Amino acid sequence: MSSKSRPSCNEAKAVSVKSDEKMAVEIPHEKWSGKIEEVALGATKEEGGTRAKKITVGGETTLPFLTFEGALPHKPVIAIEVHDTVPTYPDSLREIFEPVWDKPEQWAKVAVEKWHADLICLKLKGIAPDGLNKTPQEAFSTVEKVLKSVDVPLFIYGCGDEEKDAKVFNECGELIKKERCTIGLAENEKYKSLAAAAMGFNCNIVAFSNIDINLAKQLNILLTDFGVKKNRILMDPLQAGLGYGLEYSYSIIERLRLGALLGDAMLQMAIVCDSTVAWDAREAVDESYPGELATRGILWEATTAISALTAGADVIIMRHPRAVELVRNTIEKLTGKIGE
Amino acid sequence: MPLTALEIYKHLPKKNCGECGVPTCLAFAMQLASLKTQLDKCPYVTEDAKLKLAEAAEPPIRLVKFGVGENELAIGDETVLFRHDKTFNHPTVYALAIDDTEPLEELKRKIELANNFRIERVGQLLKLDAVAIRNVSNDAKKFSEVTKLVQENTKLPLILMSNNSEAIEAGLKQSSVSKPLIYCATSDNFDAMLNLAKNYKCPLTISATNLDELVNLTQKAKGQVNDIVIDFGAKSLKEALETLTTIRRLAIKKSFRPLGYPVITILDTKDKFEAFSQASIYTMKYSSIVVFNELDWAMLLPLLALRQNIFTDPQKPIQVKPGIYEIGKPTANSPLLVTTNFSLTYFTVAGDTEKSKVPSWLLIVDTEGLSVMTAFAADKFTPELIAKTIESTGIKEKVAHNKIIIPGMVARMTIKLKELTGMEVLVGPRDSSGIPSYLKESWK
Repeated sequence: MSSKSRPSCNEAKAVSVKSDEKMAVEIPHEKWSGKIEEVALGATKEEGGTRAKKITVGGETTLPFLTFEGALPHKPVIAIEVHDTVPTYPDSLREIFEPVWDKPEQWAKVAVEKWHADLICLKLKGIAPDGLNKTPQEAFSTVEKVLKSVDVPLFIYGCGDEEKDAKVFNECGELIKKERCTIGLAENEKYKSLAAAAMGFNCNIVAFSNIDINLAKQLNILLTDFGVKKNRILMDPLQAGLGYGLEYSYSIIERLRLGALLGDAMLQMAIVCDSTVAWDAREAVDESYPGELATRGILWEATTAISALTAGADVIIMRHPRAVELVRNTIEKLTGKIGE
Repeated sequence: MPLTALEIYKHLPKKNCGECGVPTCLAFAMQLASLKTQLDKCPYVTEDAKLKLAEAAEPPIRLVKFGVGENELAIGDETVLFRHDKTFNHPTVYALAIDDTEPLEELKRKIELANNFRIERVGQLLKLDAVAIRNVSNDAKKFSEVTKLVQENTKLPLILMSNNSEAIEAGLKQSSVSKPLIYCATSDNFDAMLNLAKNYKCPLTISATNLDELVNLTQKAKGQVNDIVIDFGAKSLKEALETLTTIRRLAIKKSFRPLGYPVITILDTKDKFEAFSQASIYTMKYSSIVVFNELDWAMLLPLLALRQNIFTDPQKPIQVKPGIYEIGKPTANSPLLVTTNFSLTYFTVAGDTEKSKVPSWLLIVDTEGLSVMTAFAADKFTPELIAKTIESTGIKEKVAHNKIIIPGMVARMTIKLKELTGMEVLVGPRDSSGIPSYLKESWK
């Protein structure tokens, strides 16, 4: 069925028809007043950086993938996570990641070249003061190596300790300044030093809220009041994994997106979801559930990601290459040639 | 769509006899509009008025049932576009297709497979719902034999799939007692299929490749067969999502009756992963039935979990049964932790406790499905209730140490709980993620 052959109308009336009468269906179109902010990720040579290309996300004036009534100028994109220390992945993932998981720059390279990641999300858990407590200099060296080994835009997440994250981002500031990186995670009670770093070092910022639309909005207000531009903020409304509260995330993302399209400027930030949480589910990693484990885990993560996309996510952070491939194919099928 | 009192009043006898229990017809109409009484309380209402009012009071998407007995399926009757608006009522039906050309052994294997797709999760039974039989042979006799075989070997509701009305009739003769869904009537076989649905009293799928034609066919069926499922034969995932959304919007926002029926989607790809991603989108976005070419547990389990999530009533969170849960193999010296029966709270706490590798007792209190902080604020997670649950579960007899660990968020109840239970009350971490390190360090 092609929608373009039909007349568009805002207010299709419910038509009463006699049974012998032929009729044409009037397709109802929603006309939204709001538009999602466009966020530029990464900087190319022309812009003073070293990324091969800039990726833009956001810009929608319609619900996810419904291009018959609004614009979807940019496809959702996939970031693959890379850790600065050997992660505690389930055993079923050992074979795939073990060759690279102690070398973040190798990991990033494989993620981009073999697994076709659009972005890399470097998670600096190793800097956590109650963990390995790596120094800001060590973090600098990791970021530098990853930036050198791949030419896609970079997300850099701190460990969640505000003081330590500030030290690390300050150390890395000059290094990432020209690359238009995206840093996170800003939270309600602790966002100022991160926001200052983002503004000082020309970074986008990820604003994290805990499955709560009001908190998400409040944090956007705080960040913009602080001076961060709207098109430099991405919202992470917390992705809950499949089977473990996914429906809460799904509905929060849908509500965020509806609110944005209805015109609420403080909800119009692009959305990023971290689907790697799917691997915390027992069903994704435990041999005792029915079904071949490797495939079950892959599909557990893919479902989590697809639900976020269906609800309105612009960037998905993922782990397993096969899940990435499936989700990328799904995005292709839902968007066709958009943005190419 | 609900009618207003005035619209209802027009169809009432206006005698103001009071026999319905309220003094005037207008008052009765107002009660009807707010669903406080039933139309049959009026002894004088005409058959014609009954028909008109019943039709107007129908849900925007018709409720259609197929199958019989405990496996009967109900689909449709949805009232919202987004689950947060209210809830999605009837979970997407998953059906496994079996071709009538397959050898006997393969047929038996697939039927067995379909029967065994059942698992319990968060206290709910999750399962495959139906078996679709495809008349690939285009031979009525063959279809009849295979339908008989399936009918005899499963209690799952059936979908009879053929464009050939003779084959459908042959299948119906074998299975009409269990009320299968017929798939499908098209403009080419319409009258024959319509008559079969009428004569055998089974719901009918109407299929067309565009909405205009679909509407014309459902209009033709109206009054003769009312239990209808629609199929628009999507050519791509993108088109399917757009069309499913359009149909749902027309039905719900425009009260457009000709498309106010549940939708069936047949997965047409041989690629298992692609079929999976399509099925997950159709589950979230408005398909009432999805028919799979093949299925295995690795595919089905995530889909069942997704369906369970999406069709959870947002106002009634899934709860776990209150009581004692064992994490690992706890002994009399293992720690005892207490939390609420909100399923997400339970799973998070149970998961984090498991991560600690310290075998533990988990005491779940009935907080009506509220999380720790919400329940505490609403006085539904109180020291009194915890004390009562300790008593009723007899957990004190299972532990030797007389200690209980409460969530850090509710540290304030420490003294009161100690008073009520005589136990030593330990304050655990504020966030469940702190449980592993807490147990490792503090539980000696």
